[in-house]
Amino acid sequence: MAESAQSAIGSDERIKEISPLRRALIRPELGGMVGTVAVFTFFLLFAFDSGMFTAQGAMNWSVVSAQFMIIAVGACLLMIAGEFDLSVGSMIGFAGMMIAIFSVTLSWPVWMAILVTFALCVSIGAVNGYIVVRTGLPSFIVTLAFLFILRGFTIYLPQTIERKTIIGGIRDVAEGDWLASVFGGKIGQGFFVWLGDNGLIETFERGTRAGQPVVDGIPMLLVWAAVIIIFGHVLLTKTKFGNWIFAAGGDAEAARNSGVPVNRVKILMFMFTAFCATVFATCQVMEFGSAGADRGLLKEFEAIIAVVIGGALLTGGYGSVLGAALGALIFGVVQQGLFFAGVESSLFRVFLGVILLGAVILNTYIRRIITGER
Amino acid sequence: MTEDTKFHHGDAQDQKPIIRMVDIQKHFGSVIALAGVSFDLKPGECHCLLGDNGAGKSTFIKTMSGVHKPTAGEIFFEDKPMHFEDPRDAISAGIATVHQHLAMIPLMSVSRNFFMGNEPTRKVAGINFFDKKLADEITMEEMRKMGINLRGPDQAVGTLSGGERQTVAIARAVHFGAKILILDEPTSALGVRQTSNVLATIDKVRSQGVGVVFISHNVRHALAVGDRFTVLNRGQTLGTAKRGEISPEELQDLMAGGQELAQLEGSLGGTV
Ligand SMILES: Nc1ncnc2c1ncn2[C@@H]1O[C@H](COP(=O)(O)OP(=O)(O)OP(=O)(O)O)[C@@H](O)[C@H]1O
Ligand SMILES: [Mg+2]
Repeated sequence: MAESAQSAIGSDERIKEISPLRRALIRPELGGMVGTVAVFTFFLLFAFDSGMFTAQGAMNWSVVSAQFMIIAVGACLLMIAGEFDLSVGSMIGFAGMMIAIFSVTLSWPVWMAILVTFALCVSIGAVNGYIVVRTGLPSFIVTLAFLFILRGFTIYLPQTIERKTIIGGIRDVAEGDWLASVFGGKIGQGFFVWLGDNGLIETFERGTRAGQPVVDGIPMLLVWAAVIIIFGHVLLTKTKFGNWIFAAGGDAEAARNSGVPVNRVKILMFMFTAFCATVFATCQVMEFGSAGADRGLLKEFEAIIAVVIGGALLTGGYGSVLGAALGALIFGVVQQGLFFAGVESSLFRVFLGVILLGAVILNTYIRRIITGER
Repeated sequence: MTEDTKFHHGDAQDQKPIIRMVDIQKHFGSVIALAGVSFDLKPGECHCLLGDNGAGKSTFIKTMSGVHKPTAGEIFFEDKPMHFEDPRDAISAGIATVHQHLAMIPLMSVSRNFFMGNEPTRKVAGINFFDKKLADEITMEEMRKMGINLRGPDQAVGTLSGGERQTVAIARAVHFGAKILILDEPTSALGVRQTSNVLATIDKVRSQGVGVVFISHNVRHALAVGDRFTVLNRGQTLGTAKRGEISPEELQDLMAGGQELAQLEGSLGGTV
């Protein structure tokens, strides 16, 4: 096919050879790739000795990036389908709290608490989507309502039931639970022990864990991030449903007239976003062993920023899951890098604002190139 | 009227209609867009729908292609009552439409637009993947048949010219219109060569037994391919004429909402 496309180009005298640079420019991932290189160069140059690039340090920013990635993929597919979900952060808090209430307060088995929470949260996502497609209201408003509704319940429920806003003790009840370990466990321990024994990564020198590697396995959170990214990327670029996602966000009316089930696509994307938020929440609850009413605050905006850095258009119909994942990586590396470098953490927000503005301007420019507006 | 002789027109009178629309009404709030329009389409005929701006032509074909649900009236598809819930139903029944506003997504590539809603798939390891290679090949081939050489199937539709875009929409509808092909002013932006290509395509699919609904403001185009002519005016039918029963002048007057164009024509030197 590459050949015949090539010959088609050759046969048309009205086409200037598109320069490889320009061709690269119109990839949605461009911003994410440039940003990733820039960020790593910066920290390698200025914070190499800060411990950021030791095994422990790398694991630290990888975990933070993976958290961003999980919610960014959901937000990315939803944004390409032409909608936003501002309730992601509240959903994270809500999902974590429900797991805690089910498993600790009600003493359900943890696997059941997790499954019921997933069902509940994905249904709430469906309700979000249903209201948006039925009323034709902007998803911005509908999900803003859910931002408050869910956060309200996340504070109200534990206060009424337990008279506190943090429910702990999840690690004890999750001990040995098969589903809990899918979210809170680690894999590859043997490999890291081997690395440690062979001196490839540092080992603890003192204390009860002396001799053990400083990084003892890959958290399941990272596995979830990888699985969700690959799933999202393949779904978007390689399947017919992916084409429907682009079409629904590009022009819902045109897509509908061409036979794309736009409503179904949008509702499913709201459900997927809720699913991602719940994965995030479950991993977090298993890691901390507790659920707090303020968990997930502002996460919806961080997810959207990662997606925009990744090249997606706020207006829908264009974007990339890999780009969003890179956006999340930039996010995680900068946030933790500034911490390692001992920079005042409030500067992170300055950085966020600046990079968001830059990304949006770049994306608008790219869109003009693609659609030939100029 | 040179195109007139080029096409042999099928005589489809004795056939049963593929679709029969009876007394269709469509109201938008207080606006009555269609006040009872009846229409039928037989296999292998080209039925022209003519009329002034705002007469209700687009609204009418949208009820046929599942975009609008009629406020009142009945649709019989192959003699069975039919209720299209959405365009997807109509498309799977074999009705493909080129809408006046084309239904193309500028940010998506030509081949993705071409197969939007009807993507070919290929099974790999039990999972259905979008068969991009096949989609690209068919798109290039169909576009070439319509007389347009695309730079490549990955070109975004937004970068195509208006006429090229229209051609993609037509090629797509021809490809998917197994039983009925609806063309809402498909030639409004086309060059001479592409227009005659479209007219020839209408003739070709008609000879394959597809029923064509053709909306145009151009009498010559309508007369060149039409077998029957239905004129709409202000949401109602002014009547249906068979080919040969009506002169171009009469048709033109009807299309202008029944008003005499003679006066205007006089002042413009007969160029309308
Ligand atoms: N969605 C809508 N809401 C309200 N009124 C509508 C809607 N669609 C069409 N109309 C009205 O219905 C009437 C018929 O419109 P329609 O688009 O069918 O005309 P048309 O015959 O296709 O005209 P043209 O030749 O200009 O394309 C117009 O008066 C229009 O204002
Ligand atoms: Mg119209």
